[in-house]
Amino acid sequence: MAHEPAHSDTAAAPAVGAHLSGEQHHHPGWSTYWKVATILTLITVVEVWAYYIPSFVASRAFVPLLLTMSAIKFATVVMFYMHLKYDHKLFRALFTGPLFVAAVTLIALLFLFGQLAARFGPGR
Amino acid sequence: MSAPAAHHYTTTGLDSRKIAIWAFIGSECMLFVSLISTYLIYKGRSIVGPFPHEEWISPTGEHFHPILNIPVTSASTFVLLMSSLAMVLALAAVQNKNVPKRTTSERILGSSKLWLWMTAILGMTFLGFQAFEFTSFVHEGLTIRTNLFGSSFFTLTGFHGAHVTAGVIWLLTLLAIDYHRGLGPADALNVDIAALYWHFVDVVWIAIFTLVYLIK
Repeated sequence: MAHEPAHSDTAAAPAVGAHLSGEQHHHPGWSTYWKVATILTLITVVEVWAYYIPSFVASRAFVPLLLTMSAIKFATVVMFYMHLKYDHKLFRALFTGPLFVAAVTLIALLFLFGQLAARFGPGR
Repeated sequence: MSAPAAHHYTTTGLDSRKIAIWAFIGSECMLFVSLISTYLIYKGRSIVGPFPHEEWISPTGEHFHPILNIPVTSASTFVLLMSSLAMVLALAAVQNKNVPKRTTSERILGSSKLWLWMTAILGMTFLGFQAFEFTSFVHEGLTIRTNLFGSSFFTLTGFHGAHVTAGVIWLLTLLAIDYHRGLGPADALNVDIAALYWHFVDVVWIAIFTLVYLIK
């Protein structure tokens, strides 16, 4: 269902965006939104499918693979649906700055409370 | 008051409302990461069950199954992902309100009411799934006071559900405005701000689904 009319939002949005937020930004078209939804659905299906394979769940690759797929979904929504890929760099900084601080704090807390020590600590 | 007069541009040339929503989303990242951290720190430290992924037999001999229902949560995750698609189509429809629609598919894609309704209904469906999940957990013996898992799980997913509820109310107010006077390109920033909030709620769930439900 890829609808990309000649007057899609790729043509109309820049004028709207420029008028309303004082900057030029280019939003993707409807077909891009449908493609992104398909990719998100497929990744979710793979995640759930992997969950039901006991030998894979028991392997060391399971958690890193799930985290990678989740990160791809996260980044895809942020870049294409939240338009951070196309928006002003200040918005990117306002989002990624706190996210980075939060992620570092999360990892530090997990080490501090021993949740990651079992996986990455001495003897592994 | 005309739409441009209502805007507050900063020295950056950017609208202050859009800067504010991104700053708010940044602070919300901190909130949800703190809740996720709490869940992960307490993970596997509950003394009594029920447990998320493991069976448990109580001292009285009562048998408890793993409590997380992955098929139901997978369906609710799909619903929330599709609501993000509907939201971004609603924003595109508002931005292109004045563009002539020649074909039926263009008229469907250009209907802001349709996509706002779709987003709100999908959001409410997600909340229905969450209400079902919480109710079944309580019936199976897991409450917010049962163990560390119950406390951290209900706090994390409850906060997320409250955010989804706020998002649905926000969408319904946009729909009321759309029915009252119609949403057009001059309202695109207002819809964009609501959309950013909605997508943020979606990305938080993407993280929760993996970290809480799928990783054992």
